[in-house]
Amino acid sequence: MSGGLSIAGFSFGRFSAVLIKEFIQMRRDRVTFAMMIGLPIIQLLLFGFAINADPRHLPTLVEMADDGPLTRAILAGMQNSGYFDFQGPVGGIAAGEAVLRRGDANFVIVIPQNFERDVIRGRRPSVLISADASDPSATGGAVAALAGIVQVAINETLQGPLQSLAGTAPPFSVDVHREYNPEGKTSTNIVPGLLAIILSMTMVMITAVAIVKETERGTMEMLIATPVRPLEVMLGKILPYVFVGYVQTTVFLIAAGIVFRVPFEGSPWAFFLGFNLFIVVNLALGFLISTAARSQMQAMQLSFFTILPSILLSGFMFPFAGMPAWAQFLGTGVPATHFLRIVRKVMLKGAGVGDVTGELGALGVILVVISVIAMLRYRQTLD
Amino acid sequence: MTAPAVIAITGLTKTFGDKRVVDDFDITVPKGAIYGFLGPNGSGKTTTIRMLCGLLTPDAGQGTCLGFDILREPDKIKEQVGYMTQKFSLYEDLSIRENLDFVARMYRLNRRKQRVDAALNDLGLADRQKQLAGTLSGGWKQRLALAACLLHEPKLLLLDEPTAGVDPKARRDFWDEIRRLSAAGVTVLVSTHYMDEAVQCDFIAYIAYGKRLIDGPSATIPEQVGLVTWRVEGPDLAALEQRLKQEPGVEQVARFGAVLHISGTDKQALDATVARLQAEGTHRWTLQVAGLEEAFIYLMAGARDNFARDTPQGAAA
Ligand SMILES: Nc1ncnc2c1ncn2[C@@H]1O[C@H](COP(=O)(O)OP(=O)(O)O)[C@@H](O)[C@H]1O
Ligand SMILES: [Mg+2]
Repeated sequence: MSGGLSIAGFSFGRFSAVLIKEFIQMRRDRVTFAMMIGLPIIQLLLFGFAINADPRHLPTLVEMADDGPLTRAILAGMQNSGYFDFQGPVGGIAAGEAVLRRGDANFVIVIPQNFERDVIRGRRPSVLISADASDPSATGGAVAALAGIVQVAINETLQGPLQSLAGTAPPFSVDVHREYNPEGKTSTNIVPGLLAIILSMTMVMITAVAIVKETERGTMEMLIATPVRPLEVMLGKILPYVFVGYVQTTVFLIAAGIVFRVPFEGSPWAFFLGFNLFIVVNLALGFLISTAARSQMQAMQLSFFTILPSILLSGFMFPFAGMPAWAQFLGTGVPATHFLRIVRKVMLKGAGVGDVTGELGALGVILVVISVIAMLRYRQTLD
Repeated sequence: MTAPAVIAITGLTKTFGDKRVVDDFDITVPKGAIYGFLGPNGSGKTTTIRMLCGLLTPDAGQGTCLGFDILREPDKIKEQVGYMTQKFSLYEDLSIRENLDFVARMYRLNRRKQRVDAALNDLGLADRQKQLAGTLSGGWKQRLALAACLLHEPKLLLLDEPTAGVDPKARRDFWDEIRRLSAAGVTVLVSTHYMDEAVQCDFIAYIAYGKRLIDGPSATIPEQVGLVTWRVEGPDLAALEQRLKQEPGVEQVARFGAVLHISGTDKQALDATVARLQAEGTHRWTLQVAGLEEAFIYLMAGARDNFARDTPQGAAA
């Protein structure tokens, strides 16, 4: 009777008292405060560099069935680019695939027989490059650099009478086979996604812990012995952490721009809407967790449990489209899924508000569901 | 008692799991009374108090607190009740002033600054108002907690073992304040372990295992307990005390300075023992009316910690 949603009797004064109190406590808790600001930076750096945007000197094997000056120029260009480290020859396609699977090399390059002759005759032969794309960030940069390298090699090699071939459409094609991960994401794709993960991780946990702390320390008993209403407690405790989310996101965007040169192509408004909604969803989720947890430890564990789907099912770790139907179904219920899309669309694809209404709507629905459950579960008693 | 009772509740029951922590409890507290809740640890005192102010939902029972229905109108009750929890429950990481200010805002008090200033002055903490509450000693915490729950001038005070762990001087000061409030018409319900607090109460209810065993005006308690008490004076009381403890009918020997109070509920057996010892002629024996002190000692000694086997004590929950 005293739990549940009650708008009636809402007092702005009490709500702001809870809010002010929460800010004071947050300011005094130096460790938590440092964690809130430091965590996004540390995570960004750890994740960002572990999945290094542009790694070099990747082990490469070559099968050379042709050995003319053009071929050598191409290989030299690749070596000089710094991306590829030639480890030696490989005997045939099958052997090359085995090497890739074992992970002994990231690339196997096959130059077909009579390559140079076919180029000169205008038959556009293919250079076949098999790349281990299971770690897309590892190979993405190298693959992207490839076309340019080859073009330069041609321009330098084909002098004199063959000059006419250079500068026009490439006289041969480069066939890149991305093995194991057809979507071939790059780190630019992963870093924005990281914002979704960092926010889920910190926002959910901080709120859950902040509320359970009151129960654990016994202050909840004093608090609810006053005429305070559940909604006042909920809003008053959640809003300060919205502010924390702002700080974290700002820190993150600056770091992402400076360290990883992630572009920001789209509408700041679309981003702003999406990320506000996402923060509030996470805080509500933290509040919900706090209604189930009895200790700060439990709150942490439960929060961690909710972070796993955000990492695994949101499309952060695996391409969403490539997941089995049941996983996609579950993933649709995960807030990070939608925020991830918003961030990628806005930052990388230049989306505006109109392009992300679907995701915003989904986040809105999730927010309503979580809030209602949380308010119904929240007891204004100690039962 | 013509004025309606401030608390009038019957059949109050609370079960945790399969344990009946409060069992069919009736309580009536008249306006302005100091009503003492006695009982060993785990007997259900805290649980009962929590149900009175709407912090726990009773499984059964009905009645009113300050004229409001305890089941349907907990919000109204909360407005007029000051509840001092057993464990310090203000914010240790807020300053003294911030705590009082927070509580004042919770009750939407007008003239907030003046009230908080006045409370700080009364407490004698005005010059330490910026100190964090967590750094205060036990006695000061208790005074701060009392000040916090008096800010909104409640009509009913619920005090849960308010002076546990507080030195005797502070405890006396505390009770002076309670007496003053009671005289001003505030009704006080207080749970306690201490005899010197029990004797301050106008009414006493004794509970064990969630059941109310004894209840009534303080003066009637010894009679309800049914104690017969003999007073003994004479030499070498320590030896006599040892000896008496073995004798039939003697259930309790309590020493008050240079006298012993020997009590029991079986009048015949006790009188027989006393007659035998009296015949030895070494000590002076007088039959006297059992006082609240004897009754209190008798009650508290007879009851072991209730639910003592429960580990850990869920009292904090
Ligand atoms: N929230 C709770 N959940 C389960 N058991 C509880 C809870 N609160 C109290 N208890 C149990 O109820 C009994 C009475 O507790 P309590 O009312 O705190 O006693 P007292 O205040 O007289 O020491 C104890 O055994 C205690 O462990
Ligand atoms: Mg207790």
